[in-house]
Amino acid sequence: MAFDETKHDYKVIGTRPVRPDGIDKVTGRALYGADLSAPGMLTAAILRSPHAHAKIVKIDTSKAEAMAGVKAVVTSRDFGLPEDQDLRDTQDNCMARDKVLYDGHAVAAVAAINAQVAKAALKAIEVEYEKLPHVIDVDDAMKGDAPLVLEGRALETVPEGWSQNVTNYCEFGHGDLDDGFARADLIVERSFKTGATHQGYIEPHACLASMGPDGRGELWCCTQGQYMVREVCAGIMEIEASQLKVTPSEIGGGFGGKTTVFIEPVALALSRKAGRPVKLVMTREEVFRASGPTIHSSTDVKIGMTKDGTITAARADLRYSGGCYPNGTCEMGAQAAFAPYDLKAVRTYGWNALTNRPKEISYRAPGAPTAIYAVESVVDEMCQKLGLDPVDVRLKNAADKGTKSSYGVTFEDIGLKATLEAAKAHPHYTAPLGPNQGRGLSCGFWFNFGGNASVTLSVNTDGTVNVTEGNPDIGGSRASISMIAAEELGIGYDRVRTIVADTTSIGHSDTTDGSRVTFTVGLATIKAARDAKTKMCARAAALWGIDPEAVEWVDGAAQPSGPNAGKFPPMSLAEIAAVSFQTGGPIAGHHESNADGAGVSFGVHLCDIEVDPETGASKVVRYTVFQDAGKAIHPDYVEGQLQGGAVQGIGWALNEEYIYGEDGILQNPGFLDYRVPVASDLPPIDTVILEVPNPGHPYGVRGVGETSIVPPLAAIANAMSRGAGVRLTQLPMSPPRVLSALMAKG
Amino acid sequence: MRYATPKTAAEAASLLMEDAARVLAGGTDLLVQMKSGRLAPETIVDIKHLPGLRDITREDGGFRIGAAVSGAEMGEHTDLVAAWPGVVEGVNLIGSTQVQGRATMAGNLCNGSPAADGVPAQIAAGAVARLEGPEGTRDVPVAEIPTGPGKTSLKRGEFVTSIFLPARPERSGDAYLRFIPRTEMDIAVAGAAVNLVLGADGTVAEARVALGAVAPTAMEVPEAGAALTGSKLEDPAIEAMVDAVRAACKPIDDKRGTVEFRTHVAGVLAKRAARIAFARAGGQA
Ligand SMILES: Cc1cc2nc3c(=O)[nH]c(=O)nc-3n(C[C@H](O)[C@H](O)[C@H](O)COP(=O)(O)OP(=O)(O)OC[C@H]3O[C@@H](n4cnc5c(N)ncnc54)[C@H](O)[C@@H]3O)c2cc1C
Repeated sequence: MAFDETKHDYKVIGTRPVRPDGIDKVTGRALYGADLSAPGMLTAAILRSPHAHAKIVKIDTSKAEAMAGVKAVVTSRDFGLPEDQDLRDTQDNCMARDKVLYDGHAVAAVAAINAQVAKAALKAIEVEYEKLPHVIDVDDAMKGDAPLVLEGRALETVPEGWSQNVTNYCEFGHGDLDDGFARADLIVERSFKTGATHQGYIEPHACLASMGPDGRGELWCCTQGQYMVREVCAGIMEIEASQLKVTPSEIGGGFGGKTTVFIEPVALALSRKAGRPVKLVMTREEVFRASGPTIHSSTDVKIGMTKDGTITAARADLRYSGGCYPNGTCEMGAQAAFAPYDLKAVRTYGWNALTNRPKEISYRAPGAPTAIYAVESVVDEMCQKLGLDPVDVRLKNAADKGTKSSYGVTFEDIGLKATLEAAKAHPHYTAPLGPNQGRGLSCGFWFNFGGNASVTLSVNTDGTVNVTEGNPDIGGSRASISMIAAEELGIGYDRVRTIVADTTSIGHSDTTDGSRVTFTVGLATIKAARDAKTKMCARAAALWGIDPEAVEWVDGAAQPSGPNAGKFPPMSLAEIAAVSFQTGGPIAGHHESNADGAGVSFGVHLCDIEVDPETGASKVVRYTVFQDAGKAIHPDYVEGQLQGGAVQGIGWALNEEYIYGEDGILQNPGFLDYRVPVASDLPPIDTVILEVPNPGHPYGVRGVGETSIVPPLAAIANAMSRGAGVRLTQLPMSPPRVLSALMAKG
Repeated sequence: MRYATPKTAAEAASLLMEDAARVLAGGTDLLVQMKSGRLAPETIVDIKHLPGLRDITREDGGFRIGAAVSGAEMGEHTDLVAAWPGVVEGVNLIGSTQVQGRATMAGNLCNGSPAADGVPAQIAAGAVARLEGPEGTRDVPVAEIPTGPGKTSLKRGEFVTSIFLPARPERSGDAYLRFIPRTEMDIAVAGAAVNLVLGADGTVAEARVALGAVAPTAMEVPEAGAALTGSKLEDPAIEAMVDAVRAACKPIDDKRGTVEFRTHVAGVLAKRAARIAFARAGGQA
């Protein structure tokens, strides 16, 4: 049978069924990273550096090893030296070699019969450090005389003249900037700084590792990607990937923060040495000090505009630091910065510099929020100066189908104009404001990823279906995948059960990141379901004695495709499944591919804040998110992504930041002083989902998970400027910073 | 580690004479400090089983609040809330609903935090703590209990059994406000309590202003109270009070707030608390 490439008359897609993992999660039956135990299991703990930067002169573990109940102690001496540089960085981040590069960097670990013994053993480990000068701020780190975090790590693209801390450099754009600026009536140039933020997932990193004497291992852990964990850990343990089985647990949030490893190799090394299973769970303090927050940034933006609001030229210089190892996040920032605009002359430059902070890992749209914050702040200031409506100016310059983006690609169908128009037409845009209130707006953008996925769809003899896939569910994806399978097969949502498999049960799947799962795994599920339908049609055709090509799948059943094909009553999926053992055996569809065509996603956020003029405290009083989802499979979970991203962005804008002392020590490794918003800090976050189909997907799906964290930073800064009359260029806009700006204004 | 539940004050006092002994009331400070490794007591003396410690009783027209009474219980006591709304709102700001079920006003005081939300309004109220110890019972003004961050004037073996809030004259009111960067689950960056008694003519007859989180201990600022006396909170009186408050501030500069910020905001909070207390006392501007 043949399939239409696109589909529109949905029965399941677009409804809001209960998620399959919901009851387990609210009753406590769901198993998270720390919930698994094994016979003979040991408890591990990690000793961490109290210094921001120091040479490790000596580590003496003999006293700890001699303690009763201590079964293994490891340091960097227990690991090899991977050839691959990225792998070596990951390993060194898990266990420091020669130098500690940040406060909290692991230097040794113990496995003991219980947590008390493990803790006591850490105290018995003697580490001699030779303190080195440290550097925390990105602008300081780029200077020629800055303390060097690592040497010889600059890529060839980095121009001469910078500190060796500068490891990455990139350039994007097109057109003649000088000519563009010459044509502008107004040029505004501003510099911005943003603090490093943490994903703030509720579940700390946790794992249970077991290495056998035969060199085969098992790992149960909380991760966004079991195949990534397998590849990295097998590399570090110097075993073949197939010898390590990784099972992902339920996951209590990730937001990008669980797309690498921090403790798993340590648990594996301890288990290998002790010959027993080892459980290792980070404390919240360890999560803040030694997992991966986002970059902090320093950005200059220069934009030229004519009086009617046309942008004539735009430039951004983005200096990012993702901590103590090289990373390319500045490239994503430099590509995203002007993505919402159709520009004739645009240039972005990105740098990454090393600092004595923990190794950055992805956080929801990595690199984009800070870049777009700077750009959207300047655009807003220009609207204020020229007396222009902020939506109109954005519409006038908005990227559209056919626009050559600032990062080189030419956009296909995109939903930016539709979201801007929806924002303008929404009652929120014109609602009256109270005293000390201001309204701000910002666009947002994310690329969205496709990539590798494997899906197997088994048809059970009882007429139900199992979907087996390889992507940890961090946003309700099992519900969405089940819905897609049900839609394609023409059966009920309650007939499908989707599970996330371990690394030995299905082929490779890339990590759950880049807003890729509903798009990519969904696409593979559609194809796997179509494969199963083809097979079921063939079974029916064989029973009927007609040509398989003469059978089609309609409403959950095989039927002859026309009067000439023969006259047989339709055979439902359940009927075909029930006799499958007699017609050739079990039936399954599957699909494995590396998907292209993940459509980019744009959003617009509108926000009202109220600023207390006497204390600088600000309160978000109304918030509306407009975002293009392509096609919302399960609208609840799309709304959840839009709301969650907005909330994380609000935290970033107003209070969240890594605060360091003069000594380079992190001052706020806990939720008391690392202030994520609590429920009472927030208004209801309204959402408006737009559906501008992605031509790269049969249902038009676009990823939605990341775009939503991008606009809040500027939306709030813009609202602050309009409500309180002060434009802050540093995040977070904490009350002391706002108050001092208000007092300076007088 | 030993956990003891003494049934008499004398027994509790003698347990507290032991090395590294600690009182346990609600445990919302103590257990957190033990978990973080900051404290490792050998003996934990749970005072919740002592007779009378969980009662709020009327005495001389005022209220005696047992040292094991929780914040939630104070908030549910209608007469207490009517007489001392500011004291109760300070205690009720502590933590969350869950924390309110355990946390005590006495524990808030004895923990010795300069930022304790329950303390400034007690000081402004002229509250008096009753202590029990190896040498017997003594009454000490709440203002004299904290002596520095984490430190109190309690002697070895001594503990608080109750806190007394005096009788209220007609036309009186109190209020407490704190500043935190978010709406709950935070530590005060500055706090201010104001307790006012109005005269028959509607002007302030007596005023006490106390501050939190802007000095090593919560403290009364007598000059601030004096600035309000005789006024109906007209602008010059408020300005003089705010100036006195800011002059008294000696805050630290840390991740939670700068010196300038804490000092400025303490004045703002005192002004706002004064207006609330004035209105509660039935004052009309
Ligand atoms: C999540 C959370 C949020 C919090 N929020 C706030 C807040 O907003 N504002 C605030 O001020 N505090 C806050 N706290 C701190 C704490 O809840 C309060 O200080 C509380 O009032 C302590 O009372 P407790 O009865 O739990 O004291 P405990 O923890 O039992 O004791 C505190 C200390 O005082 C000693 N002690 C207790 N009772 C006596 C006594 N009768 N005599 C002598 N010594 C005694 C103990 O030995 C201990 O050292 C918070 C705590 C948590 C965990």
